[in-house]
Amino acid sequence: MGAGIDVEHLNAWYGTTHTLQDINLNIPANHATALIGPSGCGKSTFVRCLNRMHETNPIARATGVVKMGDLDIYKDASPVDIRRRVGMVFQRPNPFPTMSIYDNVASGLKLNGFRNKAILDETVERSLKAAALWEEVKDELKKKSGASLSGGQQQRMCIARALAVDPEVLLMDEPASALDPVSTSKIEDLIFQLKSRYTIVIVTHNMQQAARVAENTGFFLNGKMVEFNSTDKIFTTPSDKRTEDYITGRFG
Amino acid sequence: MSLEREPEPSSPPTAPSLPMDAAPIHAPAIINFVAASEPVAQEGPPSPIRQYLSARGNGGLADRTFAAAMLVCALSIFAIVLFILTILIARSKLSLAQFGFGFFLRSAWDPVSGDFGALPFIFGTLTTSLLALAMAVPLALGVAIFLAELCPARLRAPISFLTELLAAIPSVVYGLWAVFVLVPIMRDQLGPLLVKYLGWTGFFGGYNFGVGMLTASIILAIMILPIISSITRDIMLAVPVSQREAVLALGATRWEMIRTGVLRNARIGIVGAVILGLGRALGETMAVTMVIGNHPEISKSLFAPGYTLASVIANEFTEATGDMYLSALIEIGLALFLVTIVVNAIARALVWAVTRGAPARSI
Repeated sequence: MGAGIDVEHLNAWYGTTHTLQDINLNIPANHATALIGPSGCGKSTFVRCLNRMHETNPIARATGVVKMGDLDIYKDASPVDIRRRVGMVFQRPNPFPTMSIYDNVASGLKLNGFRNKAILDETVERSLKAAALWEEVKDELKKKSGASLSGGQQQRMCIARALAVDPEVLLMDEPASALDPVSTSKIEDLIFQLKSRYTIVIVTHNMQQAARVAENTGFFLNGKMVEFNSTDKIFTTPSDKRTEDYITGRFG
Repeated sequence: MSLEREPEPSSPPTAPSLPMDAAPIHAPAIINFVAASEPVAQEGPPSPIRQYLSARGNGGLADRTFAAAMLVCALSIFAIVLFILTILIARSKLSLAQFGFGFFLRSAWDPVSGDFGALPFIFGTLTTSLLALAMAVPLALGVAIFLAELCPARLRAPISFLTELLAAIPSVVYGLWAVFVLVPIMRDQLGPLLVKYLGWTGFFGGYNFGVGMLTASIILAIMILPIISSITRDIMLAVPVSQREAVLALGATRWEMIRTGVLRNARIGIVGAVILGLGRALGETMAVTMVIGNHPEISKSLFAPGYTLASVIANEFTEATGDMYLSALIEIGLALFLVTIVVNAIARALVWAVTRGAPARSI
């Protein structure tokens, strides 16, 4: 089951740039939540704060409270703990090129020292099935490099890799922006199925995509969250003029 | 003809597709963008840029010349190798005829009676080089990991600079340092400790003068450390951030991230760095000559003096009297050449064995 995320007064900086300014947001469990906004508005920084990837950059810092269920992820847990529970899919597929497909998917478990082969086999199969890639790769799991797949397949493999550690939340930072339309629609179908089991936060440039996959949508602009509401509301009757301007294409 | 001259179609630009047209949701009124100005067809002579570019030809000759020049450069490598090999064989004919390939397996080295063999020198070269690698590689990896992954940004430049400076010190200076610092330490401090704690292995028997195989190995290790560590650091820094993030996002610790996300991707390059270090160790002459003891013997004890292929050439070439002596020394050069090739081949084969079936190196 997924966990909901409560964000209170989240601020983030890169060096002296105040990238996120006082973000408050409740992300409901087992739903897909989309974050939209023009480039550089802080939406990627925001999701990177949810699994503490933001702080891996030496000049970056963040303040505020992010709660996953009852757990304050900045106070009660180490970044390593959090990242085991909050999976992430990046904008560009980043398979491990020296590993087979099998090892790519199993890498999260293997690096945590998990060695039970039967459970590994079963997890790899289940994760690849969940990522809708199993049928395409099942015959060459251990023979083929993860990097030899097509871009869309690589991204689904990366989703499988994130799912294999059984996370509660799945963060997706523009997961389809580097993909062709067919692969994109496969990823979207996938998000639709996955949200019954995981809490999904998806950053996207593509407003149709937000409309298709997410129940709730947040609009970010210049480091602030302008509006957060049900996706229907955001796209039909936005309450903020800036949201309306953005979704109607007047800027961004 | 130049496509750029053609006027744009004069129909008004189409409105951008509605952001919502694929979603079953009503969108508010959409503003049509209207292009600020219509493109105007231009007339008159071609622009200076167009004239210049048209006059430049198609580049076919330039490409062919370039390819040929590079081919010559590449072939010159083969030529140089062949040339060296030919000279080595031609000039060692006398010794080759006398001892045959048995030369490489004979232990005698007696200039007075004209009895020569290369085995003690091959043994000395391989032992000191491999021992040096065994000491230098873990240390070099540690230095590289620290510099590439853990070092605070302020310290990175000075430490990297010092590492590279270490690589630039002439080997005779290393030799001097070894004679005055390392040899006494080996004789008085490190040697007795080794005898006390590792004497049971049998590698530290006999009398310890301070000069010998182990001292030579240590100075070699120090000399190849900067090469291996600075190349390894560069290779690690070339691994994309996306690989590091991919591992971190799975809940990896710092070390797990370095192992899975960085070292694994960099492994072929790291082996290359080690091979370069090994190459330097095999051929290193001056510093080794100053501390190895220069006595052709094969001893189990690492305290015992030894001799390397490179050292014996450097030491005895000027005093080689007699054609057979000279010929034998040149054949020692041939042996060094072959040892280097064989060791490199084995290293490449090892890399191949490790990465076989494993996927491409591209990231």
